[in-house]
Amino acid sequence: MAYSQKVVDKFEKTLKNPEGASVGRWKPGDKDFHRVGTGIVGAPACGDVMKLQIKCENVDNKNVIVDAKFKTYGCGSAIASSGQLIDMLKGKTIEEAQQISNQEIVDILELPAIKIHCSVLAEEAIHRAIDDFKSRRNND
Amino acid sequence: MKPLYFDYASTTPVDQRVIDKMKDCLSLDGNFGNPGSRSHAFGWQAEELVEEARINVSTLVNCDPREIIWTSGATESDNLAIKGAANFYKEKGNHIITSKIEHKAVLDTCRQLESEGFEVTYLDPNENGEISIESIEENIREETTLVSLMHINNEIGVVNDIEKIGELCRNKGIIFHVDAAQSAGKIEIDLSQLKVDLMSFSAHKIYGPKGIGALFVRRRPRIRLQPLFHGGGQERGIRAGTLPTHQIVGMGEAFKLSQTEMQSDLSKISSYRDILWNGLSEMEEIYVNGSIDNGYPGIFNLSFNYVEGESLIMALKNIAVSSGSACTSASLEPSYVLRALGRPDELAHSSIRFSFGRFTKEEEVKSTVKLVQESVAQLREISPLWEMYQDGVDLDKIEWA
Repeated sequence: MAYSQKVVDKFEKTLKNPEGASVGRWKPGDKDFHRVGTGIVGAPACGDVMKLQIKCENVDNKNVIVDAKFKTYGCGSAIASSGQLIDMLKGKTIEEAQQISNQEIVDILELPAIKIHCSVLAEEAIHRAIDDFKSRRNND
Repeated sequence: MKPLYFDYASTTPVDQRVIDKMKDCLSLDGNFGNPGSRSHAFGWQAEELVEEARINVSTLVNCDPREIIWTSGATESDNLAIKGAANFYKEKGNHIITSKIEHKAVLDTCRQLESEGFEVTYLDPNENGEISIESIEENIREETTLVSLMHINNEIGVVNDIEKIGELCRNKGIIFHVDAAQSAGKIEIDLSQLKVDLMSFSAHKIYGPKGIGALFVRRRPRIRLQPLFHGGGQERGIRAGTLPTHQIVGMGEAFKLSQTEMQSDLSKISSYRDILWNGLSEMEEIYVNGSIDNGYPGIFNLSFNYVEGESLIMALKNIAVSSGSACTSASLEPSYVLRALGRPDELAHSSIRFSFGRFTKEEEVKSTVKLVQESVAQLREISPLWEMYQDGVDLDKIEWA
């Protein structure tokens, strides 16, 4: 599989400095956990599992994603796609984040056609995380 | 920096001694003649070299040189053996037995024969990848004419007991074909003792050139084949086509060298597998695919649970290995071999095949141990599955989206 340099760079950066690349988790009991939404997509049997967490704050009555973390099991482009998604999320309102399409990730990372499903997974992950965040708010 | 090569089961570099012999068979000054030319010295000399190479190949596996047919490689040998025997003996029966973990050259050939009306039984291996005598015996029918099984499995290195399987087939009057692409020159093969009727060989797996192979076709009892290629009557009409002298000479030299170097190659390779396994076996959630006790040590297949194989290959960028992960295949399906062993898909996705050879160095293996440990740890650090495993979550109980 010949990846673009962008995928390779993103992948290697993530591996070398996971914390700096927003790898991590918020778990129950953490301060602010009630403001975290979690989305897990994919399946081990398919070779891809992406876990995305977004932390939101209320700014001018809008939920703004102030931080995000991820963990991904999958091929190099799945890991790079997760990292790319994280970069795109921070500072966006959840409405804006909802609009992110997988094609943006494909374009930025120059993903080969056979790896487009990795970007789709990333798009699904953000939708799940937002849904989870909203359902938590509703329960408040 | 060139990556370290640990993919000898895929192909091997050509030994310099082989290249030197081949070079003499190309130019005007060399033996460029057509071995089929009977009217002049160019042809006679080329023919002499071809026959010398045939002796080299037959000597390695202890058969009569007249039982060696040159082909373009093991894929063609498998096709010629299976289609050739199935079609020649189709009045006798239309049933073939093979296994689910054969090379695609055998599996796809069998599929093709199925579409032509033959019936094929694909045996399940045991969890180590071995095909049991009992499973073959249970599936033999009145119409069975051919059993085709590999000697060493190319993905997991497991070795089939071709001696016992051969006895069974001979007793039942069934032709036994063995794909020996991964074993010839690496472990001992004695066709004067083995009850094998057809055996496929490849040159490029044993430091010879690509594009040349051979098929052993037993003379006593005589096995007959319907040819795939028709033409100038070369190879006694079984395989037409001008003989590529330089390729054949290369294969002959490679087989000759492998005979003298087999023991030293094997003991070296064995120690490399031990170094790798001793270095890695302490890691958590690591699985051997195949069998350490009944495996050729030059092919060592491991699964690193909770890490996906293609990402591990990317992380190990200075090492050339291959994976059973779906992501490294065009079909996006994980290895059919590992699945046939009963491995769950996630372990198939997590598999890496390390294969060593004549030119592997001990320092290379040692540095690989360290690199693999580091890379697996890094990838587990970013793996949500590893996190769940550490938290004690049972992944089988989760409903995955």
